Amino acid sequence: MTGGFGSRPRKEDQRFIRGRGTYVDDVKLPGMLHGAVLRSPHPHARILSVDTVAAEAHPKVRAVLTGESLAKRDLAWMPTLSGDKQAVLATDKVRFQGQEVAFVVADDHYAARDALELIDVEYEPLPPVIDARRALDAGAPLVRDDHPGRADNHIFDWEAGDAERTDAVFRAAEVTVSQDMLYPRVHPAPLETCGIVADFEQISGKLTVWATSQAPHAHRTLYSMVTGLPEHKIRVVSPDIGGGFGSKVPIYPGYLCAIVGTMITGRPVKWMEDRSENLMSTAFARDFHMRGELAADRDGKIRAVRVQVLADHGAFNGAAQPSKYPAGFFGVFTGSYDLEAAHCQVTGVYTNKAPGGVAYSCSFRITEAVYLVERMVDVLAFELDMDPAELRMRNLLRPEQFPYTCQTGWVYDSGDYPRTLRMAMDLAGYEKLRAEQRAERGNGHLIGIGLSFFTEAVGAGPRKDMDILGIGMADGVELRVHPTGTAVLRISVQTQGQGHETTFAQIVAEELGLSPDDVEVVHGDTDQTPFGMGTYGSRSTPVSGAATAIVARKVRERARVVAAAMLEVDPDDLEWERGRWFVRGDPDSGRTIAEIAWAAHSNLELPDGVEGHLDATCVYNPPNLTYPFGAYICVVDVDPGTGKVDVRRFVAVDDCGVRINPMIVEGQVHGGLADGIGMALMENIAFDAEGNCLGGSFMDYLLPTALECPSWELGATVTPSPHHPIGAKGVGESATVGSPPAVVNAVIDALRPYGVRHADMPLTPAQVWRAIQGRPFRTDLAIS
Amino acid sequence: MTMRVAVTVNGTDYARDVEPRLLLIHFLRDELGLTGSHWGCDTSNCGSCVVWLDARPVKACTVLAAMADGRIVRTVEGLERDGQLDPVQQGFVECHGLQCGFCTPGMMMTARWLLDRNPDPDEAEIREAISGQICRCTGYENIVRSVRWAAEHPEGPT
Repeated sequence: MTGGFGSRPRKEDQRFIRGRGTYVDDVKLPGMLHGAVLRSPHPHARILSVDTVAAEAHPKVRAVLTGESLAKRDLAWMPTLSGDKQAVLATDKVRFQGQEVAFVVADDHYAARDALELIDVEYEPLPPVIDARRALDAGAPLVRDDHPGRADNHIFDWEAGDAERTDAVFRAAEVTVSQDMLYPRVHPAPLETCGIVADFEQISGKLTVWATSQAPHAHRTLYSMVTGLPEHKIRVVSPDIGGGFGSKVPIYPGYLCAIVGTMITGRPVKWMEDRSENLMSTAFARDFHMRGELAADRDGKIRAVRVQVLADHGAFNGAAQPSKYPAGFFGVFTGSYDLEAAHCQVTGVYTNKAPGGVAYSCSFRITEAVYLVERMVDVLAFELDMDPAELRMRNLLRPEQFPYTCQTGWVYDSGDYPRTLRMAMDLAGYEKLRAEQRAERGNGHLIGIGLSFFTEAVGAGPRKDMDILGIGMADGVELRVHPTGTAVLRISVQTQGQGHETTFAQIVAEELGLSPDDVEVVHGDTDQTPFGMGTYGSRSTPVSGAATAIVARKVRERARVVAAAMLEVDPDDLEWERGRWFVRGDPDSGRTIAEIAWAAHSNLELPDGVEGHLDATCVYNPPNLTYPFGAYICVVDVDPGTGKVDVRRFVAVDDCGVRINPMIVEGQVHGGLADGIGMALMENIAFDAEGNCLGGSFMDYLLPTALECPSWELGATVTPSPHHPIGAKGVGESATVGSPPAVVNAVIDALRPYGVRHADMPLTPAQVWRAIQGRPFRTDLAIS
Repeated sequence: MTMRVAVTVNGTDYARDVEPRLLLIHFLRDELGLTGSHWGCDTSNCGSCVVWLDARPVKACTVLAAMADGRIVRTVEGLERDGQLDPVQQGFVECHGLQCGFCTPGMMMTARWLLDRNPDPDEAEIREAISGQICRCTGYENIVRSVRWAAEHPEGPT
């Protein structure tokens, strides 16, 4: 079989279904030692002393690291992806509960844990900053006194849009609505936690790490910058990854401790965090306190949107996003609508909580932007007593407006929004649902119907605008075609379940007319692949997928020259059809890629200047992001007695341009929809007044199971991206971004008879019940 | 202090001297090298570690290796028989029942147990059976379909 696109089973499945995947924790090296991290029980405390004598005396302990011992190597602090610094092991203070204080290296994992108990740390507790809204108060405790001259907890102010023009539209508006809302702190919680096996070979000076990394090349560069080891002496292997969702983009203190551990002991060191460590210390997401406002005409025409945001970044500014975007891509908060003006202002603050903020399939905070605008549209519909579908239809961008430059300057590449919303409404049977809702309200049965329409901006990104720590976000790729006509594609992006080994082979297959089975995809090893920025922000297909199509086209052009030599004709006389070049007007004269590949390696005489072989490389610098979009409709039943929400149906119509493997696309959408139910109804990392993390295990941090999820109902429209070589857009995060507002809008819609206009996520039974009583909780703080 | 644990895993007898507190999941992974079963949460919530203990699914992160002494364990590595995939394994491939693959072994062990007791489960019964396990990638839809595929193809791949 030749040809590429279409649903087909994944190549990688064969090892996983046999239990033969190789995740980091499956890596076992001779003489390997095991690390464990001692963590702070306090959210904010001065460290008076750290006594490791008893731990060092443990018979199975090989090394104990503290902040002090790392400081001697200038490794007590490391740079974050947002230009801040983060403590690897605390020296002066601990700044969040669960912060890394010491690291034990022992013969086995159990002994390492035992030895943690033998370390005696003396703390002087300090008052913590827990409520982000109080972080900038005069007299608030200072989280980052390590920054010279810093007197408050302010990190940054950032704005987008035109404040003056927006204010003017608001002043003249017939209707304005305003709503405070929180996107709570949540966690990506991949089933595989973060970990590393670090192996320093002392004679060659080479460091090899097997790590849970979504961005192995970027990690190699970071490790070089932090440790001072030359970059060519570092190899990062990212083997099978058990889910990432953004949490495996940064480097974490445990990784560096394991690296120091192997350098000290001369033996490989493994460190795997446990679930509580994962939830309490690595890569949380969101924590955006937002005030949204809309200005509109009385007939429902939306004119402007204005947003004020307080962003809780925790104790270190460790958000992972392109340098110029401290609030990520929140700037697309104008959503899918045709507006006259827009403005947002974002302030970031330090608190005594874990660092992070940009993770969990958020497309660099487009989750927050979409939630804000889609919630606000429903608030406006509430105030105008309009149907929210009709209100959206009235304001959606029209197909003829594309490419569309939104009020904050983002250039949406392509779309036909009304068609997609119409398809979702048809699939859901929208009018019939509304009729059922009206009829059942009379019986005291609460049905809610919630919509969201999202536009994403994914595929970071154009090098002139987007970099991480100064490294532009272009991706390299290499394609080799062997003499017998099979191929190896080497890519920089790293699958964590997305199926790259299959879809990237399909792109090559489509472009060269090979079977995907004849294309091997190599990834996840910096010694074997060209440089690129990794897989997050739905960027693999928009960036590396484009690079793959282009490199295959380069190979095709090289094959054309060779085919011309084989056929003794001019290359311009050849025509391509899938898998072969033939002489125009003489279809029988063709040569297949396999025949050409053999000839390219043979002693066939080639024209002067033609190198032979077909191999090619490419570095792709995307001209723009891609803008996938979709229309989601959620139907819920709410029990007014208990506040329990059941998601009865969920209809999702996604447009991600051309689909390489529709089966994989639909699978990714399914996963994101489950995330939406989780975040809207269940997931939350709150803190009590003392700064204790209340979401530190799966007993407390609740994730949806098969019982909370309905059978998803999907639809698709296809609007190709005009600038992507195969017309594809990213999709991996679309459903995670688009589904939470649909669920929340559905629940609030169900509560309409009680006059409820808003309640913050997660809409747990307690929160829904309280909303019915007219006093919903603040979900970021402990319930008293 | 160590104690001797003798277990039959996937039809092979093993005996090891281990710490009394060693968990079954670590015994399987670290002592026997059977890394198909995964460790994910410590609290019996995620089910990445589900194996069979005497023909019943258990969460091996909350079973001591010592408790498996003298008993029979079956893991994902024991699903394939004589080079023939279990229909459940094939179902997960056919229906895209996995993405990152981390929860997959546990899901498949529960699915095989369900089908042995109930060869023709409906969607609700499948969802109930896997409701003690978490998948972060698939939204469960294709896992349900995979188990149904296995129910409809009891002879496995043809």
